[in-house]
Amino acid sequence: METLLPLMVGTLFAVGLYFILHRHLFKVILGLILFGLATNLFLFVIGGLSRGGSAIINEEHTIATEPYADPVPQALLLTAIVIGFGIQAFSIVLIRRVYMTFKSNNLDELQKENEAQ
Amino acid sequence: MPSDLLLVLPLLIPLYGALLCLAFWQREQWMAVMAGLAQMVWLLSTVFLMQRVLAQEVIATQVGNWPAPYGITLAADVFSALMLVAAAVIGLSVYLFSLQGLDVTRRRFGYYPLLLLLQMGVSGVCLTGDLFNLYVWFEVLLICCFALLSLGGSKGQLEGAIKYVTINFLASGLLLSGVGITYSLFGSLNLAELALLVRQPEHPNLPLLSMASVFFLVGFGVKAAIFPLFFWLPASYHTPPIAISSFIAGLITKVGMYTLIRLFTLLFISDLGFVLPLLALLAGFTMLIGVIGAAAQTDFKKILSFHIISQIGYMLMGLAIYTPLAIAGSIFFIIHNIFVKTNLFLISGVVAQRYRTFSLKKLGGVYLLQPVLSVLFLLSALSLAGTPPLSGFWGKLMLARAGLEAGNYTLVGVSLCVSLITLFSMTKIWNEVFWKPRPLAVKKDTIMAPVNPIRLWQLYLPIVLLLAFILFIGLYARPLVRLSERAADGLLHIDTYTNTVLSNNKVK
Repeated sequence: METLLPLMVGTLFAVGLYFILHRHLFKVILGLILFGLATNLFLFVIGGLSRGGSAIINEEHTIATEPYADPVPQALLLTAIVIGFGIQAFSIVLIRRVYMTFKSNNLDELQKENEAQ
Repeated sequence: MPSDLLLVLPLLIPLYGALLCLAFWQREQWMAVMAGLAQMVWLLSTVFLMQRVLAQEVIATQVGNWPAPYGITLAADVFSALMLVAAAVIGLSVYLFSLQGLDVTRRRFGYYPLLLLLQMGVSGVCLTGDLFNLYVWFEVLLICCFALLSLGGSKGQLEGAIKYVTINFLASGLLLSGVGITYSLFGSLNLAELALLVRQPEHPNLPLLSMASVFFLVGFGVKAAIFPLFFWLPASYHTPPIAISSFIAGLITKVGMYTLIRLFTLLFISDLGFVLPLLALLAGFTMLIGVIGAAAQTDFKKILSFHIISQIGYMLMGLAIYTPLAIAGSIFFIIHNIFVKTNLFLISGVVAQRYRTFSLKKLGGVYLLQPVLSVLFLLSALSLAGTPPLSGFWGKLMLARAGLEAGNYTLVGVSLCVSLITLFSMTKIWNEVFWKPRPLAVKKDTIMAPVNPIRLWQLYLPIVLLLAFILFIGLYARPLVRLSERAADGLLHIDTYTNTVLSNNKVK
């Protein structure tokens, strides 16, 4: 599992970037979502994975006992996911608006139409 | 007023201002009144904050009353207070301009609350003392930027917004990765505690810090538009109407620069031997490419947009030289540039209001019709190009002197050449827009009739206000130079900062 996760993070980053570089607007959305997932997963993995540890301090102790899981990366991740959702939602609405205005899904055509004006 | 309150007010006032605006969503005029009130109170609160910071050097508070490395820290030193005052001044001027300079539809559909929320993001970035919160505030700022850039939904705006959103999303992803790496290396996110940790030479993870620093350099480099990462800026900054683009162009890239200076003086100091030459190279190319791009343009707003990039190069140059004088020069230059850039954009807006175009080919003869405006432009443009005794000159003088003292002759040479080319392209705007006769082909019925004096006065007021600031900074530079030197001193000697943040005096 520990070796699989970094590979998945890398793959997600690569696929996300590949899709963002497309000129098709729908693929750009897919790319943004995958790239966001990749960063979130990266944050999660790099915070350290510990098996069987809990993030809660036991009743009889005052400090966490080994093995314990660090709760901070999860808290960060939660915030980051919410922010990511916000931006993804915004970009989806933006791209829908672009599609309605330009009647085109192709980024190159937007450029051409703007230069023609 | 307790300093805890002073630190929280710059965040709360824009937030409550925006909420009040939303409460009056149906009535555009009430919305404008509320936004105006919020702008003025925000300016007041930042001035109070500045006053307190000057008395105590650094002030800090722990939101939620958790002790320092665990809670959410807000801290302000001279640099952040300076940024906030500058942001508040241009916020007020852009707001005044927008009363006449922006169409009713955009004003009615959320311009005021979005601008206020954007300002809240700026306050957050400048005041936060925590790496993750820095990222969060940057996102708050960016999402308001996205919305403002696409507000109104004209074709050009939508196209520019797509580029801006995509590239900044990638940059945010890199930043978040950088935050994750820093946390896993040092187990802390509090800037003050991290600063102490990276200064322990025996820390086992210290060699890996440069990995995190590269993530932050690229992430904030995109947001500050430094050399290889600036292409989104000229593509998107010229599309929205002036009341929006002047604020964004004046401030947002400088906020990126602010964080770069903050992080590279506070955290990433272990690898300076490698980073500084890299920064010097980037600074040189940023200056040069930006100004060459500007020289090739034939659109008022696009020239100004490209100039933003070249001036970011100067700010980066101060960081690359890394002496107290150089960083002070950088800070002086940032403050000067926030005012001048906003003012030039506003002037281009007044020109376009009357002539309905930004294209240099279609403009001409403005000097005959609006001599006052031409003088205002000339003073701002000369100030941007750095002619003595105006404000740009002092910033460049400080940077050049610092560069010569540090023996960085190539960089100084490049910066002086770039100043010349800047002057050239400002002369180009002057010649084409203000001086040459009106082109015959477009002579008829494109000029708007002279608008009534009250409207005109409302457009001119913010410009005159900003120009007064610029002239003050230029002709009486000593106070701001002193302040920048104090700010640079505070950045390079972090003891006061870390002690104040980590002392954990509880909120009563």
